[in-house]
Amino acid sequence: MAEDHAHSHNHAHGSELSEMQLRVRALETILTEKGYVDPAALDQIVENFETRTGPHIGARVIARAWLDPEFKRRLLADATEAVNALADFDPIANHMIAVENTPQVHNLVVCTLCSCFPWSVLGLPPVWYKSAPYRSRAVIDPRGVLAEFGVSLPPQTQIRIWDSTAEDRFIVVPMRPAGTDGWSEDELARLVTRDSMVGTGLAKSPGDVAR
Amino acid sequence: MTNSIHDMGGMHGFGPVVAEPNEPPFHEAWEGRVLAMTRGTGYTGLWTLDGFRASMEGLPPVTYLSSSYYERWFRGLERLVVAHGLVGEDEIAAGRSLRPGVRLNRKLTLDDVKAARAPTFERPAPASARFKPGDQVRTRIINPVTHTRLPRYARGKLGTVEAVRGCHVFPDSAAIGAGDNPQWLYTVVFTARELWGEEADPTVTSSIEAFEPYLMPL
Repeated sequence: MAEDHAHSHNHAHGSELSEMQLRVRALETILTEKGYVDPAALDQIVENFETRTGPHIGARVIARAWLDPEFKRRLLADATEAVNALADFDPIANHMIAVENTPQVHNLVVCTLCSCFPWSVLGLPPVWYKSAPYRSRAVIDPRGVLAEFGVSLPPQTQIRIWDSTAEDRFIVVPMRPAGTDGWSEDELARLVTRDSMVGTGLAKSPGDVAR
Repeated sequence: MTNSIHDMGGMHGFGPVVAEPNEPPFHEAWEGRVLAMTRGTGYTGLWTLDGFRASMEGLPPVTYLSSSYYERWFRGLERLVVAHGLVGEDEIAAGRSLRPGVRLNRKLTLDDVKAARAPTFERPAPASARFKPGDQVRTRIINPVTHTRLPRYARGKLGTVEAVRGCHVFPDSAAIGAGDNPQWLYTVVFTARELWGEEADPTVTSSIEAFEPYLMPL
């Protein structure tokens, strides 16, 4: 295998990024010259992740669920179908599952094995989600992890962890903050953070945002 | 590889979770190129998503831990293109193409990317599901040297089937080129005490998405 004799010097000095830039560029050149990839297709993939997908999609879904009980029912029954029915975004993959936070239960999503994340509604996972501290501790010390995100739940609140070990993808429906009666979907969406849809955060309070 | 460093659930010693405010999708331009190359070459169908995961899981543990996320992708991708005969080790070393490419069955085009088709891993079921919601099950104790999605912390544990998620491509087969081998998939819930012992927080439960071959009836 093309492995570590070629790589082992990488971490011995401080030019790791430029080293990676060179190696990645070389591999793309090889793949392109041999006719395996189309650089224009690769450009479009990068552009999609930089400009099209992101937590704004999930936030819109959550705001709609807060406003529309029928949409929320459909979302919790079949999140893929419900999100695709909005038709505002690129179609999302099957197997999206929405789980609802309540005063009794707080949901927390992790992928202990790597980085499974609902890309189509939350964008690419942040570095912390893919990091060893989160992957190792979310399942054994969820309250400790939540504390590091500034989230302190009542001791009697049940915590439910979802380890994304297959192609099912989870999005948390956070609780709607108090004091938001009469808010529009756009206004509510601004309260929905990425972390609140992973379970490492709560939705923002009205006082946190300019309405 | 299964019992390797990627299977991190329950490990100690990695320190606190540190979140970066306003994190960009990619920190360096090369990270996006690695993701895109992985998508592009994966489209050839020469390997599966689980084959890609297995390639990263096969990195030496020290390499895995000392590499950033997209460095792991890059190393995993390099291993795959060489292992499947798309690129020679000599070409990797030279940093350029030394001979024409082999013929591919499929090549990802710009139109494919723009069409944004969503993949599915669900497959027709060869048999009816063995378990139903509410069933008590015990996860098997397995230690395959090839890819699996049953984490170590959840092996040999008593759990409850909460949901049947359909019949899906079985990663343990797909990763080694043994076909889809569709299997029923379940959400199986465990108490934290079952997973971590009597000292564990009684308010915590935890689920995995478990394929039927991982489960035994009680």
